[in-house]
Amino acid sequence: MAAMLQAIGVASPSVAFSDHYNKSSVSSIRSFPVIRSDARSSSGSIHGSFKPGKIITKATATQTESSASAASKPGHELLMFEALREGLEEEMDRDPRVCVFGEDVGHYGGSYKVTKGLAQKYGDLRVLDTPIAENSFTGMAVGAAMTGLRPVVEGMNMGFLLLAFNQISDNCGMLHYTSGGQFTIPTVIRGPGGVGRQLGAEHSQRLESYFQSIPGIQLVACSTVYNAKGLMKAAIRSENPVVLFEHVLLYNLKERIPDEEYVLSLEEAEMVRPGEHITLLTYSRMRYHVMQAAKTLVNKGYDPEVIDIRSLKPFDLYTIGNSVKKTHRVLIVEECMRTGGIGASLTAAINENFHDYLDAPIVCLSSQDVPTPYAGTLEEWTVVQPSQIVAAVEQLCK
Amino acid sequence: MAQLTRRTTDLLKPFSAALSSTRLLTTTSTNPITVETSLPFTGHRIDPPSRTVETTPQELMSFFRDMALMRRMEIAADSLYKAKLIRGFCHLYDGQEAVAVGMEAAITKKDCIITAYRDHCIFIGRGGTLLQCFSELMGRKDGCSKGKGGSMHFYKKENGFYGGHGIVGAQVPLGCGLAFAQKYSKDENVTFAMYGDGAANQGQLFEALNMAALWDLPAILVCENNHYGMGTAEWRAAKSPSYYKRGDYVPGLKVDGMDAFAVKQACKFAKEHALKNGPIILEMDTYRYHGHSMSDPGSTYRTRDEISGVRQERDPVERIRKLVLSHDLATEKELKDIEKEVRKKVDEAIAQAKESPMPDPSELFTNVYVKGYGVEAFGADRKELKAVLP
Repeated sequence: MAAMLQAIGVASPSVAFSDHYNKSSVSSIRSFPVIRSDARSSSGSIHGSFKPGKIITKATATQTESSASAASKPGHELLMFEALREGLEEEMDRDPRVCVFGEDVGHYGGSYKVTKGLAQKYGDLRVLDTPIAENSFTGMAVGAAMTGLRPVVEGMNMGFLLLAFNQISDNCGMLHYTSGGQFTIPTVIRGPGGVGRQLGAEHSQRLESYFQSIPGIQLVACSTVYNAKGLMKAAIRSENPVVLFEHVLLYNLKERIPDEEYVLSLEEAEMVRPGEHITLLTYSRMRYHVMQAAKTLVNKGYDPEVIDIRSLKPFDLYTIGNSVKKTHRVLIVEECMRTGGIGASLTAAINENFHDYLDAPIVCLSSQDVPTPYAGTLEEWTVVQPSQIVAAVEQLCK
Repeated sequence: MAQLTRRTTDLLKPFSAALSSTRLLTTTSTNPITVETSLPFTGHRIDPPSRTVETTPQELMSFFRDMALMRRMEIAADSLYKAKLIRGFCHLYDGQEAVAVGMEAAITKKDCIITAYRDHCIFIGRGGTLLQCFSELMGRKDGCSKGKGGSMHFYKKENGFYGGHGIVGAQVPLGCGLAFAQKYSKDENVTFAMYGDGAANQGQLFEALNMAALWDLPAILVCENNHYGMGTAEWRAAKSPSYYKRGDYVPGLKVDGMDAFAVKQACKFAKEHALKNGPIILEMDTYRYHGHSMSDPGSTYRTRDEISGVRQERDPVERIRKLVLSHDLATEKELKDIEKEVRKKVDEAIAQAKESPMPDPSELFTNVYVKGYGVEAFGADRKELKAVLP
C-alpha cells in the first residue's frame, strides 16, 4: 500500500499547480490520486480521470452509522485532537505541498497536541515553528499558497489571528478576485476559539463573526471527532481559503471513527437529531448544550430537530430550509456574540428565504455581548446554558 | 568591424549613410562594453560588489527602449487619468524606471517579484503588454486582472510577477512566503520583495525579515527609497533613514537607483548572495517625479527646484542616452526615432484598450471562490451555486 501511495504521487491539475512540482520524482503521473477505502487492490484510480474519492455527501454522522461500518470494519477510538492530527497527517502524506505554519507546532508538538510528532516525521521546514508574528506568518502562508503550496496555518488561539486580519481579509480572501483568477489561495487557517475554563477575556473570544463578511473565504466549525477529521481533510483539499474553527473545550472528546478514509463536504450541515416540532440550529460546542437540552425536551414531550450547521459561510440553506418547512419554528443557539454574530446573519438569511414557512419569529440565543469574565460563575452565564435553551423552546412552542 | 567603425568615424564621415547602417548592426552585437556605475556601493555587514559592470550594446539599447517605453506609458497614464478614463488611485513610476529595468536584466522570469501599488512598470518589465496594462487601468475586460483589480492589482503569474498590493507593507510577508516556497521546492530561484521608504517602518517587515533570516530564505528585500512616504519626507518619518542598515543582522547594500547598471549589478550580487546565505536588503536611492498618486500634486512637500534638479542631474533615461551616444551606438536622431516609435506604440495600445469592452455584469460574481474540488456548494434551492467535481 505504501509503495502504491508512493507511485501515485501528488500531482494535481489545478491552476495553482506551479512549475515547482514538475521536478518531483513522480511527475509522470498527473492524475488526481484518490485513495479509496477498498482500493488496496484497485489501480483504476491512478490514471487519467478525476474520480471523486469517498466523499460523503450525507452529513449524518450518527452513532448507528459508524457502528454499522463498525460491523464491517471496526473503527478506532480517539480524541478530537488526535483525529485532527490524523486528518492532517493523511493529507500531508498524500500531497507534499501541504505544510504547517504556526507557533510551537514543530518541536513542541502543538499547544493542543494537534501537530504532535509531525515535525519529527516531515521535517522542520514542512512543519514550521514560526516566531510570534501572526501578521507576517499568515502573510507568508498566503505568499506560499500563491505559488502552489498548501499551508495550514495554526493560530494558537483564534483571537491571535486578529493580528493577521489584514492578511486574511485582503490577501487571503481577495487575491483570487483581484488577480482575475490567476492565483488561488488554498490555505487553511485553523485554531481553537470559544470560551474555555476561565482563560480570561482575550483568550476566550468568540469571533467567528468577525471573519464572516470577508469575501472569498469559507468558514467551518467542527464539533465532533468524526466531523473534525473530515472537515480538516476537506479544508486542506479545497482550493479556497478555509478558516476552520475548533473549540478549546472539545479537544478531549472521545469518539469512534471509521478506519477508512473519508472527506466531508465543507458546505453541508449535519442533521444530528431529526424531529417535528422545532428546528434547533447550532454549531461547535453549543451542539452539546443543545443535545443536553434536547434530552430534557424529549422527556417533556417535545420533538426537536437538531441541526449542526457546521458551515458558517456559506450557510447550508437547503438543509436548514427543508427543516424550517417541516417544523415552522427556529431556535438558533450559538456561542458567538449577539451583535453581528453568526446567528444574526443566519436569522436574516432564514427570514429572507423562508419567511412564509415560519409560524413564530426566529429566536437566537447567543453569548452575551461582554468580554468573557474570569470568574467561573460569570463565565458560565456568558454562554448559553441548556436550561435557557429549554425555556426558549417551551416559549416558542406555546 | 565595430572597433573599426568607432576609430575611423572621422575619416568616414562622408559615408555617414553606410556608417549608420553599420552602427545599427553594432546595436545588436554582444561585444562587451564596460561601464562604471555613477557611485560606489555602500555595504552593511557585507563587501559591496565592484563598480564595474559588463554590458553589451544590445543590452544598452534595450535599456533605453524599455525605459523610454515605461516613461511614455506613465505619462500617457497621467493624461488618461486627467481625462477621467482612469479613476481611483493611480501611482506613477516615472523617475524610478532604472530599478525596474536594471532588476529585470539581472534575473530570469523564474525568479519572483512582488511589489506594492506602484506596479505598472514592473508589470511591463515582467512581460506584461501595454494593452493589458491600459485595459486594466481603464477597467476593461482585456486587462491583466480582467478589469477587476485596477491600478494597484497587476499580476502575471506565469512570469513570476506577484503583484500589485494596496496595503502598505503587506506584500513583504507575502514575498517571504514566495521565498519559502522556493526554498521548499529547492528550485534555486529568488524572490525580490519590493517596498518603499514609507513601508520600511511597518512592523510586519521586520517580522518577515526575522523569519527569512532564521530560515535562510532566498528573499531579497528591495527598498525603493524615493525619499517621500506619500506626503511625508523620510527624515520626518524614520529615525534612521539608512534603510539598508535597518535589517541589523541582515546584510544590506545601498545602490544608486537612478543608474540602471548599478541596479543590475546589485541585483545580480544579491541573487548570488541570497541563494547561498539568505536574505539581503537592497536600498535603491531613487526619485519619483510625480506626486504619490494622481491626486497628489507632489509640490506641497517638496520644491519644484528639487524635482527639476533631479531630472537634470540624475534622470535614468538621460543617463542611458548619454552612454549610448558616448559609445557611439546610435545618433541623437536614432534615439529620437526610438522615442517616437515608443510613443506610437503607446498610443496604439491606448486606442486598442479604449475599444476593449467593460467586463460582463456576471463577472461580478466570478473568481470569488474557486469551485469544484470534491465538494458541492448549494444555495437555498439546491440549484444555484452548484459546483461538482470535474
